[in-house]
Amino acid sequence: MVAQDAHGHAAPQGFIRKYIFSLDHKVIGIQYFFLALTAVFVGMFLSLLMRIHMIWPNAALPLVGEIKPETYLSLLTMHGTIMVFFVLTTAPQGGFGNYFLPIQIGAPDMAFPVLNMLSFWTTFVGFVVIICAFFVTGGAPLHGWTGYPPLSALSNTGPGEQLGADLWITSIAIFCIASLMGALNFITTTLDLRAKGMTLMRMPLTCWSWFITAILGLLAFGVLLSAGILLLMDRNLGTSFYVPLVVVNGQVMGHKGGSPLLWQHLFWFFGHPEVYIAILPGMGVASQILSTFSRKPIFGYKAMVYAMLAIGFFGFMVWGHHMFMSGMSPYSAFAFSILTMCIGVPSAIKTFNWLGTMWKGHIRFHTPMLYAIGFVSLFVSGGLSGPFLAQPVLDIQLHDTYFVVGHFHLIMGVAAIFGIFAATYYWFPKMFGRMMNESLGRIHFFITLAGTYAIFMPMHYLGMAGQTRRYSQFTEVAYQAKLLPLQTFMTYAAIITIAAQFVFVINLFWSMFKGPKASDNPWEATTLEWTTATPPPHDNFGGVTPVVHHGPYEYGVPGAPKDYVMQTDPATVAAH
Amino acid sequence: MATYIPTRPIDNIGQKPPAPPERGGGGDDRGGDIPNYGARLRRARLGLICAIATVCMVFIALTSAYIVRQGLPTYDGASNSYVRDWGFVEMPWTLLGINTLILLLSSVTMEFARRSVARQAALAPVKSIPGISLGNEKHFPWLGITVVMGFAFLVGQWMAWSELHGRGFFVNTNPNSSFVFLLTIAHAVHLTGGMIALLWAATASLLHKPIESRRITVDITAWYWHFMAVLWIYVFALLGFAK
Repeated sequence: MVAQDAHGHAAPQGFIRKYIFSLDHKVIGIQYFFLALTAVFVGMFLSLLMRIHMIWPNAALPLVGEIKPETYLSLLTMHGTIMVFFVLTTAPQGGFGNYFLPIQIGAPDMAFPVLNMLSFWTTFVGFVVIICAFFVTGGAPLHGWTGYPPLSALSNTGPGEQLGADLWITSIAIFCIASLMGALNFITTTLDLRAKGMTLMRMPLTCWSWFITAILGLLAFGVLLSAGILLLMDRNLGTSFYVPLVVVNGQVMGHKGGSPLLWQHLFWFFGHPEVYIAILPGMGVASQILSTFSRKPIFGYKAMVYAMLAIGFFGFMVWGHHMFMSGMSPYSAFAFSILTMCIGVPSAIKTFNWLGTMWKGHIRFHTPMLYAIGFVSLFVSGGLSGPFLAQPVLDIQLHDTYFVVGHFHLIMGVAAIFGIFAATYYWFPKMFGRMMNESLGRIHFFITLAGTYAIFMPMHYLGMAGQTRRYSQFTEVAYQAKLLPLQTFMTYAAIITIAAQFVFVINLFWSMFKGPKASDNPWEATTLEWTTATPPPHDNFGGVTPVVHHGPYEYGVPGAPKDYVMQTDPATVAAH
Repeated sequence: MATYIPTRPIDNIGQKPPAPPERGGGGDDRGGDIPNYGARLRRARLGLICAIATVCMVFIALTSAYIVRQGLPTYDGASNSYVRDWGFVEMPWTLLGINTLILLLSSVTMEFARRSVARQAALAPVKSIPGISLGNEKHFPWLGITVVMGFAFLVGQWMAWSELHGRGFFVNTNPNSSFVFLLTIAHAVHLTGGMIALLWAATASLLHKPIESRRITVDITAWYWHFMAVLWIYVFALLGFAK
């Protein structure tokens, strides 16, 4: 009874309340995870179609037939949107954050369980709406995931810009509302539901990353929501927020005086924090895993926390670096450039601290650790091209080339995905009570790591050679056609990498039912989720309220009976 | 270098005193048999602060769009020059002034309702003691009055929009009118959320829900309602003075 009171709601009995409209943060976390898994396969399939079309533009593909240039743009738009919103924002925060934030801080559930459930189902509706855009007249929109007007604001600018574009905006607006509900819940939970002794500076870095991500989401998604409403009004009510006087196919449109740049400012004010919304949870997970599997305390815990706060803080001041080509004042560009390069400082602090954590550690190369190291590798490789693009002079050359595509796929796309993989392999035993297969995990890791580098590294060279992004085919343009062999190589690499993802899916589902049973603490980690049963009971700690005595990364403590001290161990760990 | 001392109590030898759970964190109010309404109230208020932050960001974004759009030059073919196309809206200021007054008064009645429910909640344990009577305390229906006034405000806004239509100003007449409708409707939508919460609180009162639960609902709604009043003053001032 105590447990039920603490939890605020009793364990549900029926199937629907237990698995569908559940209030339990663990079930909701798994729902988010599977939603993101579905979305990532949709997004990946779209990217496969694009890559095949680039090198065999006239091939008739199964299901979709021959891809026209406008269809290519639709694929590009939907790939970007689905991946950014329904994978990179959904899985790390909604999925793992939902499942593990309450457990890691010693709470029985999120602060507002009903809101949590609403948040998931709103996200689900958003996903359904965006998928519907494929099937309406004209098909999916073709304005890219950034939705720049006037293309996105007029319904006669292309086949996908009819109902498909309205559904696209509506889906994003729905997603914004869902994310805002989620962010509110995460912040309140972190501030108000921590167990006794779990001071802010004893929280695992994962919790810090989810907390900071939630703050970013809370401040950023409202702006995107406003921008989306203005766009919908321009499209449907005849207003002119974003649309200047334009002529489309010889027809003078009824709008005048609006500014496409207004959208760009509002969009990127959201868009840049969004990059950190995607990557910060990955940073938290990498820190957690590197410390656990190096059997060493995280190097510079406080520096890690302050670095994440600094990244979040600067993240709101650099949106203009996406707009150097928009004709902005060189003085503004200078300010945005300097502030952008400032982010290099906390990012470097984090990177060196990760390396410092592994330095002279007794490293255990399990799959989660491999993925965490892979995360650091991709973070560095993708991050180093950031300062290039942060300089207006260089950006003028590199903007709208494959250099940008390579940069953001490495740092925001694949690094964040590696964070998700690391989290999956790390927490799978706790979530499903069984271990994942190590051999399959390693095969999956090495192919994926090599594959992603093979796909995205050449993009930097293509960009420097002047290959433009968003072109549906290069065979027709003489100077671009010379670069085709590299594109062909990337397509083959993409096919192999995508094939390797099925190894992950097979491992996931096979292990869920047939994997060896996991103990309560298979990785010998210290944080609170490893103190409870596997999988955790409905109220997380079986009626016991945990009391925390230590920081989260007490590994290798001299004199301790084991090489780690649980956060709940009442013994003293004196003076570090 | 860290050392491990198995038997000592936590954190109190040779270093700082035990780190007290920071405000908010702590487990001091959970896990017991009695649901702690104070903790629930604090949590709900924290959630409300987050919600208010979000609504602020929505209106900050709209304001920035308002200012930017206002200053945009538009090419005018007739005069071959750049002109300002912001436009003019003949606002029904008297009606909006009355609406403002109604909303501000409703904020006052909401505050009375909040304090009244808070007092009832505070006295509830005393009342439950056998033999103790606090006399026949009469409860003025402040909550009901607030609901009526909130509804009156929304009706007043509706009349203002109709008046604007009557004067020939629609959402796409000019950028100024677009923002007038956008900002006032955005505020009305948020206020409608407050109305739903108010009706929920009033229904909870009729359904004899525990006074402490009602107190939380009324408290949160009241703060949100005050925020809506402040937000309306802001929108009113923006449309009035930055046109």
